[in-house]
Amino acid sequence: MELVLSLVFVLLAGALFLAFFRLARGPSLPDRVIALDLISIIIAAMIGAYVIWVQQPVLLDAVTVVAVVSFFGAVACARYLERRSSDGE
Amino acid sequence: MASDVLVAVALLAGAGFIFVAALGVVRFPDLFTRMHAASKAGSLGLGCVLVGVAISFPEPAVIVKCLLVLVFVFLTTPIAAHMIGRAAYLLKVPFWKGTVADDLAGRYSADRQTLRSASESPPGER
Repeated sequence: MELVLSLVFVLLAGALFLAFFRLARGPSLPDRVIALDLISIIIAAMIGAYVIWVQQPVLLDAVTVVAVVSFFGAVACARYLERRSSDGE
Repeated sequence: MASDVLVAVALLAGAGFIFVAALGVVRFPDLFTRMHAASKAGSLGLGCVLVGVAISFPEPAVIVKCLLVLVFVFLTTPIAAHMIGRAAYLLKVPFWKGTVADDLAGRYSADRQTLRSASESPPGER
């Protein structure tokens, strides 16, 4: 189980690195919003793996909070982008 | 133990799906294909990890919490992806050069947020 969890953490850290690359690279603003959304999914999965690592199911509340915050963040960013696109025309 | 094997398989599948999603977000050529990778593979991966957690702690409170997050993620990820995609379309983010179909072209009026169907009017007219 230790080996599996280590492998899971390595895979998720690699995914985090790749998503951060897209966040830094762009090229457009919606690309960055997608990268942030993926980063929050990766963080939620990391907390899920950490729950099994430390045997503390209390930490699942943090997964709930991360999921809710990521959804509202993505919706807020989309609303902002949409309003900016209609102002520009 | 059998449940340990199931937990290991679910966790590895979830981490693998999320890694593939991140790979797709880096490697795909276009915003809309990247969105497709991130939202679908990402939410499936998170679902696999949560199923692994639920198998690992067979108590009702933990299973209900995992199901709650799972249902919430599966309901909200498509909504967020749809809203970002619509904002990107209105911002006129460029398509990939191999794109063959744009069904919204000329039919979506951005100021009134309405969509005309193909039967109502000719597609070229705006």
